[in-house]
Amino acid sequence: MNSHHLQLKSIAYRKTILEIIHRGGAGHTAGSLSCVDVLNVLYNHVMNITPENFHEVDRDHYIQSKGHSVEALYTVLADQGFFPQADLEQLNRPLTNFVGHPTRKIPGMEHNTGALGHGLAVATGLAIAAKLDGRSYRVFTLLGDGELAEGSSWEASMTAAHYKLDNLVVIVDRNTLQITGRTEEVNALEPLHAKFTAFGYAVREVDGNDVDALANLLDGVPFEAGKPSLVLANTIKGKGVSFMEDVKVWHHKVPTDEQLSAALSELNQAQTTLESLS
Amino acid sequence: MSDYGQPNQQVFSDSLLELAKHNRDILIVTSDSRGSGKLVAFGEELPDQTIEVGIAEQNLIGISAGLAAAGKKVFAVSPACFVTIRSLEQIKNDIAYSDRPVRVVGISAGVSYGMLGATHHSLHDYAALRCINNIDIIAPADNFETREALKAVIDHPRPVYLRFGKKAMRNLHDPDTTHFEIGKAITIREGSDVTFISIGEPTSRALEAAERLEKEGVSCRVVSMHTLRPFDTEALLDAAHNTRAIITVEEHSVHGGLGECCAGILMQRGINIPLKIVGIPDEYIINGEQSDIFDYYGISGEGLAASAREMLKVSV
Repeated sequence: MNSHHLQLKSIAYRKTILEIIHRGGAGHTAGSLSCVDVLNVLYNHVMNITPENFHEVDRDHYIQSKGHSVEALYTVLADQGFFPQADLEQLNRPLTNFVGHPTRKIPGMEHNTGALGHGLAVATGLAIAAKLDGRSYRVFTLLGDGELAEGSSWEASMTAAHYKLDNLVVIVDRNTLQITGRTEEVNALEPLHAKFTAFGYAVREVDGNDVDALANLLDGVPFEAGKPSLVLANTIKGKGVSFMEDVKVWHHKVPTDEQLSAALSELNQAQTTLESLS
Repeated sequence: MSDYGQPNQQVFSDSLLELAKHNRDILIVTSDSRGSGKLVAFGEELPDQTIEVGIAEQNLIGISAGLAAAGKKVFAVSPACFVTIRSLEQIKNDIAYSDRPVRVVGISAGVSYGMLGATHHSLHDYAALRCINNIDIIAPADNFETREALKAVIDHPRPVYLRFGKKAMRNLHDPDTTHFEIGKAITIREGSDVTFISIGEPTSRALEAAERLEKEGVSCRVVSMHTLRPFDTEALLDAAHNTRAIITVEEHSVHGGLGECCAGILMQRGINIPLKIVGIPDEYIINGEQSDIFDYYGISGEGLAASAREMLKVSV
């Protein structure tokens, strides 16, 4: 998929995320908007995961450790054909499987997440299994920056480096906000680049809302042989909707009818501008 | 059948090594726990089937879930006291809720560590895991049950917790005539007055109590309830219908384990039978080796016999 198509996909995904959260009455709005460009590039450009090969072990794997941004993942999985687009209307409806965090009852979901600090260890286990069996699959996992306060993420990092898992790609959605406020004010994470380097990763930084930059960077994994790759994806929480960008209250705020209308209008404008460039 | 065998965790590790030599998908995942787990030989003979994660129990379980997702038959081995609480959320979410059939092995369980003190005791694990859906719970009482449980879990489709202790165990069964099945209690001896329903290592002490009581004319049934989930309700109800009192025995807090499981089933069926839950009471535990602790809290041949006499109002 070329750059132009990826950019259009991101806009379409953002519109869907906002619509399903608005309809469902709950969701993690801003975090889904910050990470959706990463998901877009992973599923449309990088990873070998399809509805057809999903039951096989020997394909790429994706664990979304920041499970609360499930609306972005639902949106992308529907677009990939794992389930009908219409199923997205089930979000938050009682007795459906479309709950506020990933479950394997949804086609295309690899692992049940939601409690933070879990995904990296599971991804590490999958990556070790590939090394044991000489398989060529890669394991991608997306972490939130706030969840890095969970010590389990660092336990798994030590093991990933110890086993030289260059088939593991860890992407951190570095939007600098968590529910209480700035990560640096809640419990400072920086210097993250140096910390991850010290833990044995080959670290790269990128504009995590720039699909071209993401695609170019992820084309180059592993960044170094014998080391797990880590992408510090510098993103903006609420990206794409001006009044949501970098505003902490949108962590899990649901847009009103008027706010949805304004957000869609802004995204439609961006889409029109982009289409005119083709 | 000789009277005493080996520690259950030794039997587990020896048996697992033999199975793993013929199945490359069998892995052990350990948290600096190979020594306690009697798995040094496994690590030396099958290094490619040994994943060491260091002293990091959350990591142990998360990585095990990932390995299981790739189709591996994973045994995550760590002291029961740590693996069932330090990594309880990983057990809940990454194994049970995500339905990854990892075999979590709690070694040196209960009060096996004795004088190492309360940090190293696991008197909570049955209770903690009984509240989590989709993980079976097995605590073998002797070497035979250990071997059979291991064979049974190799292809078990669900997550499972296995609990082993450190001390050499009395042999309770004739391997040639005894059938082991997950979720099916084994009646070690028949009796009509009182039933001891026991799980794990104290079961030999329940048998000892039954032997003492026999000499006094009290007839005791002894049931090895090696599986706490799925629970053998039928065996419990049979004891309630055909004997006069039930004493449950466990190396666990009296809260949330075998005893309260039995009480809940009986009460909800309106079955009124004298029931005593023998385990570790809700107090700061005394210091001592496993046998000292068992004796102190009445988990002994004489202590359990005394409980039976009291319930049956039998005087000696």
